Amino acid sequence: MELLKKYPKLFQWLFLLAVFFALCFAIDVPETYKFIRGQAEFVKDPNQSAFVFLGKEVRYYAFDVFWRLPPLLGWLPIWINDSLFFLMNDWMPMEFWNEDTQEYKTRPLVLQITRNLTAFMTFLIELIREILLGGLETIVAFTSWDWIDANPWAELPGLPWTIVAAGSAILAYKLGGKGLALYALLSMTYISIFGQWKPSMQTLSFILVAAPLSFIFGLGLGVAAYKSKRVEKALYPILLVMQTMPQYAVLVPALVLFGVGDHAAVIITMIVAVPPMILLTLLGLRAVPPEVIEAGRMSGCSNWQLMSKVLIPTARRDILIGVNQVIMVCFSMAVISAFIGAKGLGFNLLLALNQLNIGLALEAGLCISLIAILLDKMSLAWANKQVDYFGNLNFFQRNKNSLFFGVIVIVGILLAYFGSIYFKDGYNYLFEVPHNKGISTADFWNKGVDWIFDTFFVYIKAFNTWLIVDVLQPMRALYLRMPAIATLVLVVGAGYLIGGVRSALVVCGLTLFIALSPWWDRALVTTYMATFGVLVSCTIGFTVGTLCFQNKHSTNFMLNICDIFQTFPSFVYLIPVMMLFGITDTSVLIAVIVYATIPATRYTIEGLRSVPAGLHDAATMSGVTKFQRLFKIEFPLAFPHMMLGLNQTIVFALFMVIIGAFIGTEDLGQYILKALSDKKGAGIGLTLGICVAFIGLIFDNLIRTWVGKRKKHLGID
Amino acid sequence: MSEPVIKCQSVYKIFGANAERMLKEANGNVDAKTFQENGCIVGVNNASFEVSKGEMLVVMGLSGSGKSTLLRCISRLTDATGGKIFIEGQDLLNLNNKELIDLRRNKMGMVFQSFALLPHKTVLENIAFPLQIKGIKTEDSINKAMDMVKLVGLDGRENYFPRELSGGQQQRVGIARSLAVEPDIWFLDEPFSALDPLIRKEMQDEFLRLQEKLQKTIMFITHDFDEALKLADRIAIMKDGIIEQLDTPANIVLNPATEYVRKFTEEVPREKVLLIKDVMDEISSNDLGDIKVSKDEIIENVAEKILTQEKTVAVTDGKNNIVGSINPAKIINTVFGGRKNNH
Repeated sequence: MELLKKYPKLFQWLFLLAVFFALCFAIDVPETYKFIRGQAEFVKDPNQSAFVFLGKEVRYYAFDVFWRLPPLLGWLPIWINDSLFFLMNDWMPMEFWNEDTQEYKTRPLVLQITRNLTAFMTFLIELIREILLGGLETIVAFTSWDWIDANPWAELPGLPWTIVAAGSAILAYKLGGKGLALYALLSMTYISIFGQWKPSMQTLSFILVAAPLSFIFGLGLGVAAYKSKRVEKALYPILLVMQTMPQYAVLVPALVLFGVGDHAAVIITMIVAVPPMILLTLLGLRAVPPEVIEAGRMSGCSNWQLMSKVLIPTARRDILIGVNQVIMVCFSMAVISAFIGAKGLGFNLLLALNQLNIGLALEAGLCISLIAILLDKMSLAWANKQVDYFGNLNFFQRNKNSLFFGVIVIVGILLAYFGSIYFKDGYNYLFEVPHNKGISTADFWNKGVDWIFDTFFVYIKAFNTWLIVDVLQPMRALYLRMPAIATLVLVVGAGYLIGGVRSALVVCGLTLFIALSPWWDRALVTTYMATFGVLVSCTIGFTVGTLCFQNKHSTNFMLNICDIFQTFPSFVYLIPVMMLFGITDTSVLIAVIVYATIPATRYTIEGLRSVPAGLHDAATMSGVTKFQRLFKIEFPLAFPHMMLGLNQTIVFALFMVIIGAFIGTEDLGQYILKALSDKKGAGIGLTLGICVAFIGLIFDNLIRTWVGKRKKHLGID
Repeated sequence: MSEPVIKCQSVYKIFGANAERMLKEANGNVDAKTFQENGCIVGVNNASFEVSKGEMLVVMGLSGSGKSTLLRCISRLTDATGGKIFIEGQDLLNLNNKELIDLRRNKMGMVFQSFALLPHKTVLENIAFPLQIKGIKTEDSINKAMDMVKLVGLDGRENYFPRELSGGQQQRVGIARSLAVEPDIWFLDEPFSALDPLIRKEMQDEFLRLQEKLQKTIMFITHDFDEALKLADRIAIMKDGIIEQLDTPANIVLNPATEYVRKFTEEVPREKVLLIKDVMDEISSNDLGDIKVSKDEIIENVAEKILTQEKTVAVTDGKNNIVGSINPAKIINTVFGGRKNNH
């Protein structure tokens, strides 16, 4: 009784666990239950039950309600799908003027809108692509000249790679100084020499369209949300779900709305990239000191002047960090949207992975990473750069970079002209090194992979088997053995203990959605893989972070490594693991672990760093040893921040698990991938995406609530 | 007497959802406690006063006393919940947005505690900002801003960024910015509170020098009673949103209206605050000595002169007419008497 009074929380948790396990043991596995492989629920089977809701028939295997809840939401994907098709094909048909046929044509409104939108996007992408690579679409679009086919000289010639490379170096120099300029020059030259110029520029043009558009929309919506509470409230749930929604899942509905190709990819990328931009804009505007706003007001600013001359410039740094985020999302989408036919490096990467040509995949992945790092560093340099005062400079000093670029353009054109004479018969290497004509290291890597397999096959196989048979399978079986009701009790109970009734209700709603969808089993598999990944990642990240924190240099070194790793588009992580472990669950999990270790490490370090220096000194003066200080002072105080890291780790792990479906897993991701190639997959894809997002949000809610309380208790922030 | 520049008539500011309804129901009898129980916080409670042209009113109060809220009501950075405010006869609360912006662009300047400079603009650009907002040509605004830079003594630093300046220098920029449009009314919200004591004193002197030159109508907010005594023509002491006393520094020191005000005045060195005219007597006898003191001297400066006399000392005005008298006993009584044990 004494103990109970002393640690009431502990006993509440123990009680919750006891109830959970009691339920697990009390509820037996129904004899008819088995893990459904493939899409068996859509096959008519006399053992299945069925119900009809809103005119949609849902078939499912019925079990004891305590064991698995019936998929009462099974109609949702079908309904979403039908609505989408109805909107696209039958809703509000209207007369539209058709330029090509010179007559009115009847088309549903939504279809017309999306087609116009895609046409616009296509135009933008082609414009930039043709500036970089040359082509005729843009001129045709502007002039609708037909004779251009017969007169190839009128095509846009495209920029020689020398100009693009030197231009990016100048820009890099202006933003970040010599080091960055050198990096820009080297990576661009590398891309050119190794024959990846064309796909790289395709990817770049995709990003140069998607990123600015996302920025504009994100900034606009962020400002709107800042100004109006109502807009913010309307946006908030969408932002929340989009943050944990796997990018994969958005692809499917967009496929239906916008079709296949770069334009659809740009639109999807915007959908994914705008939310972080909104969040950071909002964050930045909120952080503007109230007195600065008042000073603006008292200077007689109108609302527009206040926004454009006071608020946005003051929040500049946060907004530019948002730009950085947008660029990163764009890169990861550049790869993922290859699934819906976006051209460029991502497409090559995917193709190579499909053919198990690891060497080629590695080359493409390297190029994406190089460009991603370049743009990442450039945008960060821009964010951290302080505006200089140019009032005292003369014309030449102010415009030296532009002037220099002008010189570069002339030199580049001359070089390209010279090249066209020198390389008379073959390719003009000074203009563009064609794909496959550059130096290729693919063979080397492929041989390397073969060598690894030949040499270490025994060990890798043994490790693989051990992991799968002794760790993964039992863990998966345990997760699947949980009766739905027990899981629900556990999650809701945790919600109640952490955040009270409100939290319990939120978590209960999220869990119920998944439990009532037809994919509870799959969700369990996703959760098990994510759990495994998170556990290992956190252990590694926590240990590495703590160790690195002991020394200033290693701290900075580790944070830099985290930065660089975070820049890689998520798909790139699959390349090396497939090199080593082939197509197995192990590969996926290792990719998950590597990917999710980044936030775990980073937040550990940052958490430890956030411990106030005064406390350090106070502790040192009371004569603590290094260990005492770590365990009595630093860990307890850094713990809330570390838990936020756990939150990120979970999101990262979930993303990777879903992407892992590409290698072949049996979870929600597999279904999303399937939905991609399914004509009627939109509803399924979206619902699955929401399921994954909700798994993330359950943990997100629990962790954030806990951290909030803990921080209040400790009196931090 | 001409029209007051700022005139407040029972101004209320109450924060909370039902503030207006509750104020109406309270019928001018606002009690902070009952309001708080109903989820409202009283910021300013029935403030009525006037500030005439060229006068400096210092509003003194501890944090949470509502002094900043009062200032923000008068600059209409927040809207007062009840009452009327007149700026040069204009009804402030009835101005529309355009008129308000106009008023701020031409008549008001404000200095902030945390300086509130725009981090992305240089000193010169910060000072020129209100001018540019007004739509004045870049060249003219820069010239005007340059004058202001000179006025506050920051020449040579006009191209610095705020982050490159010390706190005192940043506040000079803030002062210059607030003066750039040549406003008639000058609001200062704890302008020196974030500065070191030494710098604070320097800035106060600088501020007095400026005011002597410019003769603005000023509302000055501070939590520092000494600062209030040093600068003010009149002081308003606020507590819990209520103005406890509004009077000249001397009267506040000599006749504190409430217990709360008296606590502040207790530790004040009176000889440094009071002038001879505040304590002098009527011309009593004709038995005046040869020594004369001016009525505008601070007691401290002439105390020795008076205390070494045995006779009553004559007090003169600026034109050397005798307007009163003062004897040593009175000085001793003022400086040392009337303290704690007297109450």
